[in-house]
Amino acid sequence: MSRLSISAALTPRLETVGMDALMVRLFDAIDEAHMPWILAADSALRAHLGDALVDLVPSYTTLLVHYDIARLDQAEAKRRIHTALEGLAPASTQTGREHRIPVWYDESVGPELATIAERLGVDQDEIIRRHTARDYCAFALGFTPGYAFMGMIEEALATPRLKTPRQKVAAGSVGIAERQTAIYSMRSPGGWNILGRTAVKLFDRGREEISLFRPGDRVRFEAVSRDVFIEQGGDTTPLEER
Amino acid sequence: MHAKTEGAALLVERTGPLALVEDGGRFGVRHLGVTQGGALDWVSLGWANWLLGNPPEAAGIEITVGGLSLRAEATQWLAIAGADLGATLDGQPLDACGGFLIEKGQVLAFDQPHAGLRAYLALPGGVDAEPFMGSLATVAREQLGGLDGHGSALKVGDRLVAAANVDGCRTLPASLAMPADDSVLELVTGAQIAHFDGASLFAAFNETWQVDTRADRMGVRLTGPALRCGLGGMVSEGIPLGAVQVPPDGQPIILLNDRQTIGGYPRLGALSPLACAKLAQCAPGTTLKLSPSTPHQARRAYLKQLGEWQ
Repeated sequence: MSRLSISAALTPRLETVGMDALMVRLFDAIDEAHMPWILAADSALRAHLGDALVDLVPSYTTLLVHYDIARLDQAEAKRRIHTALEGLAPASTQTGREHRIPVWYDESVGPELATIAERLGVDQDEIIRRHTARDYCAFALGFTPGYAFMGMIEEALATPRLKTPRQKVAAGSVGIAERQTAIYSMRSPGGWNILGRTAVKLFDRGREEISLFRPGDRVRFEAVSRDVFIEQGGDTTPLEER
Repeated sequence: MHAKTEGAALLVERTGPLALVEDGGRFGVRHLGVTQGGALDWVSLGWANWLLGNPPEAAGIEITVGGLSLRAEATQWLAIAGADLGATLDGQPLDACGGFLIEKGQVLAFDQPHAGLRAYLALPGGVDAEPFMGSLATVAREQLGGLDGHGSALKVGDRLVAAANVDGCRTLPASLAMPADDSVLELVTGAQIAHFDGASLFAAFNETWQVDTRADRMGVRLTGPALRCGLGGMVSEGIPLGAVQVPPDGQPIILLNDRQTIGGYPRLGALSPLACAKLAQCAPGTTLKLSPSTPHQARRAYLKQLGEWQ
């Protein structure tokens, strides 16, 4: 599967999506093995487009290139993109940065910890063990600033989104939906199944790197106690009281 | 130059439904999930700025449907463009588009829409405030930008400080019309258009669309013929400005400046930037037509608009 996808990466498809935007389509399906290719394409496109690049939005299988229409017409933009992607190959250094994210897994701040444990017929500690058992890949950032769509969680944990999204989900809430996991970067509406909360700020304007995550980063969750969570500056207000 | 108080200010005495600091938008950060924001009708903001000699993307105030009232703390030149929201200066009607001198103590007030939805107020040099990630664009959903940096709309007691002084203003070369019913919006067709069936494409570009009440700075829903697309569940990908996405109910949503950065519905293409500006002035119920266009045509019209401000 991923071998096939990699050969597809050698012939990226370029699609018109607007006056000043082209979609670079590398793959068709979600696969962690694709991320090094996306990251390699990201660097190559940034280097070749230089100042003519307005925004570059990598996602699971694509990169949206928004170029400066005053400098480039579409034909020239296409030429530069093709040149950038010629002989594309992921470098071993392009594996993304690693993050360890401490999470207080508890029913009060993660109500679906209980419902998922019940559905699987296991105790809550088993859900925590499974959620913390592997590294996740940040496929794309979106929804709110600094929010990363990560995966893949193990198949058995996969859970559909809530039928009725919550009006307010606290910042730092750690959730799962289907085979993906994420952390709410700010208080917002949301339909993911919430398992716990982290005190780590994903989007912090006081920090030099405002967004903690970038596409392609690797993330490992680790369970911490309530006391450690509080020590780290965590807010213990139960989710449903927000 | 007449010496005027540096950074003459306007005091917000009353707010309407929504008045926001907006500029040309926030760029280079969309890969972090930060949207572009900025004036929805960038053409009207551009003209308001041009009247005062500002760059077209300088930060001004986007006033949606009126209600805003400002008192001048010092005498200064201002300019407005865009929707006719019944603006008055100390009760005397102002042209919907033009520059004027406001004397210390005078009140600039916006009433309600007579034509269009959004008026733009420019201050000399733009609004002076601390940009966040390179822009003052207010995005409430992201809690970013604006006077406080946290995405707040203007509120009573806020002070709008001008970044510079000017001692006069320009005159508009021609009057700016707001879109009327059956306006034509140019849609740059995208690659995914091939997945829509023929009858849907015929309907999309020949039937009449109506602006729905579900319309805000994130997007505007159109109602009309149901469009059918053969693309099933799509993997989320970056979304360009003006993207005309079609969810399973077949009713398009046009994604504007405050849209989420990625999404997974198939798209007919994207409205041209000029068409996005027009759409921003269409009240719910307005009828419109979509017209297929190319990147080349859209670019030519866009560069022509920029050229008018050179």
